Amino acid sequence: MLKSLRWKFILYAAITLFAILLLLPTITSQLPSWYTKVIPADKIHLGLDLQGGMHLILEAEADKAVESYVERIKNNLKDDLRDRGIPAGKVEREKGDQIVLEVSGEKGKWEKLLSERYSAMHELSASEIGGGIWRIILVLDSKQADQIKKSAIDQALETIRNRIDQFGVSEPEITLQGTDRILIQLPGIKDPERAKSLIGRTALLEFKLWDEEGDLEAALKGNVPEGDIILYQRVVDPKTGGVRKVPHLLKEKTLMTGEVLKDARVALESQFHEPYIALEFDDIGAKLFEQITGANVKKRLAIILDDTVYSAPVIQERISGGRAQITGRFTTDEANELAIVLRAGALPAPVKIIEERTVGPSLGQDSIRKGILSTLISAALVALFMVFYYRAAGVIADMALLLNIIFILAALAIFRATLTLPGIAGLVLSVGMAVDANILIHERIKEELRWGKTIRAAIDQGYHRAFITIIDSNLTTLIAGILLYQFGTGPVRGFAVTLCIGILANIFTAVYITRWVFDFLTLQVKVKQLSI
Amino acid sequence: MELIRPDTRFDFIGKRKFTVWVSAIAILISLGSIFFHGGLRYGVDFAGGILLQIKFSQTVDISEVRNTLGAMGLKDAMVQNFGEENEFLIRVEKASEDLEEISKTIQTSLQGRFKDKILEVRRAEVVGPKVGKDLKTKAIWAMGLSFLGMLIYVGFRFRQFSYGLGGIVALIHDIIVTFGAISIFDLEFSLPLLAVIMTIIGFSINDTIVIFDRVRENIKKMRKEKLETIFNVSINETLGRTILTSGTVMMVILILFFFGGPVIHDFTTAMIIGLISGTYSTIYIASPTVLLWHHHITLKRRR
Repeated sequence: MLKSLRWKFILYAAITLFAILLLLPTITSQLPSWYTKVIPADKIHLGLDLQGGMHLILEAEADKAVESYVERIKNNLKDDLRDRGIPAGKVEREKGDQIVLEVSGEKGKWEKLLSERYSAMHELSASEIGGGIWRIILVLDSKQADQIKKSAIDQALETIRNRIDQFGVSEPEITLQGTDRILIQLPGIKDPERAKSLIGRTALLEFKLWDEEGDLEAALKGNVPEGDIILYQRVVDPKTGGVRKVPHLLKEKTLMTGEVLKDARVALESQFHEPYIALEFDDIGAKLFEQITGANVKKRLAIILDDTVYSAPVIQERISGGRAQITGRFTTDEANELAIVLRAGALPAPVKIIEERTVGPSLGQDSIRKGILSTLISAALVALFMVFYYRAAGVIADMALLLNIIFILAALAIFRATLTLPGIAGLVLSVGMAVDANILIHERIKEELRWGKTIRAAIDQGYHRAFITIIDSNLTTLIAGILLYQFGTGPVRGFAVTLCIGILANIFTAVYITRWVFDFLTLQVKVKQLSI
Repeated sequence: MELIRPDTRFDFIGKRKFTVWVSAIAILISLGSIFFHGGLRYGVDFAGGILLQIKFSQTVDISEVRNTLGAMGLKDAMVQNFGEENEFLIRVEKASEDLEEISKTIQTSLQGRFKDKILEVRRAEVVGPKVGKDLKTKAIWAMGLSFLGMLIYVGFRFRQFSYGLGGIVALIHDIIVTFGAISIFDLEFSLPLLAVIMTIIGFSINDTIVIFDRVRENIKKMRKEKLETIFNVSINETLGRTILTSGTVMMVILILFFFGGPVIHDFTTAMIIGLISGTYSTIYIASPTVLLWHHHITLKRRR
């Protein structure tokens, strides 16, 4: 073989072999273990529209995290004002990130308190409203607010990741999209409803005291005592299955939250074998719990999850050792779900599902089967047509098209790109352009032959001229593809990825590989006639 | 094999006085239909709402499904048979915040109504109003920027702004005509149709550049000829390729159109129109645009 031909052959054969090796993990899972050590075992990921599964986009209400932060500051401020003996009337949170307070007495005292301990809150306005009472409006520092929002999102992402890991889904994908959206992909999921309730749950665990003196009847009529709130308990009637809502009048102040949890497990109660959730606190939590129970013996402590009271047992004695339990007539599934969300921790801000796409496994398989079938039929027809029209040259073109598809799929595997329906459209367009590239070259060679050129000269000129056309048209489309990828979202990107990969594979196969075959035939085999 | 004899000389460019009316009428009808229908009919992907594809284990009467939804207060819900007698597509277009709840209620009420038949949710799409809007604006931006990118690249490669402009004007023509077809056939504009639009853009610009490239080559050879003649010769010289390429792609799409089933019917319908437009626009939109620019701008400047 001619030296230049041989070197090109080795190079092209090596690339083709490598592409086939990359593709093997996608085709079969029965590969020896040494294989995956040498060759990346990445498979082509089918999008959820093709394989079935659930796609969710959540929006975190990060403003709520800021609200609850300011709420905590407000509660601390109330305590501090009392401790320092500063007479205060109203202390309330307003507009999410503001605190309005009315204080009187010595001005220096509260000014000192605010500047020393509440520097995160800026003073928006302060005015005397008469009678020695000052009305002060504080607002949370905007940088601080942004920081809280950002960490709320990060934490939400982490928490959801934990929950899904414990739920047990193979190859889940959980990523941040933009600044406040979380994209979740759960392939092949069997029970989408349960997954949704698991993911979407805030799971804020709180311990609050009962208001023993307060009048529940009056509170229900709208006369809630200062510093109290009404929360409900869902009680299921074991006979009828009906749900009753039992109101509880509680002190608004939260004594403890789920942050101090070390573990949460489902356990079975010995008498009736009903599941309950055993909580275990960390060291700080255990100390805090001991303190709280010690200070409130004979009072009722409500255990609240996401603003629903689960139980409100009477504290019999100081509880040390850091253990507690949540009871409440759970089914085993419910109890398991609760244990997972408690272990994984609370979401710092509530999340809302703003997009859901679920494709059942049967439909996914249907669309794969139909897609493959119609692709094969059209591919076969195109291949037949090329041979019919271009004879031997058509066979070369078909070979190039086959290699083209192998390269595209191998690239999809190694880049871990996901193949979706719009992605297939991109693939079809790039294969169409590959067919076009072959047609361009062949038509050009024929034209050159008609002008009386020798076979060699016709091939040289044909490729040379067609190359310019192919490069220009493919690069223009590639530029469009890159920009679509850069500025588009989801489906637009799916289309752009396969298009860009397809164009690169196209230039390589249609221009370089077919050229080698033509060169081989004319220079090595020395064919006298070109069947084109 | 020869499809087109080498000495073929159809007068494509000479017909442009006539075809400009064809294009104008096509665009007018397209825009008119879109206007008459009060804009495009956006699917759940863009408008926000619920799409459920459900299958019962046994045959269920479609009117019963409609009644059940009506009793829920979802009178605007669209229900249609999908493929088989026991499979339905339910569509609720609503830009509301609690779509998740509604979707759940639809499923439980339908299962409650037909207790003895197992309901399988084959596909569920719930898209919040914000998501659809985001997708729309992002897609428009991405396409606009890709147009700009192509305009610059083609202008640069052909050393003339007018070639880039011709390509883009042809693209805009194709998009309008495809949207027009979507509107006339009353197809729902959803994600697959967005993929069609993007594919048409790729196909059309590819087609345009192949002919422009031949023009660029011929300008050097035929220095004394008028630009019209050069364009005409170039279109004729590449005619074989145009027919082969467009024909092959059209063949594939027609196969999908007739044998691909109901899922991709809208997809292929729009694609057929787009393909025809994409091929036509190279000859009758992109080329005349370059010629027009040449006559009115380039030549005047020289004087």
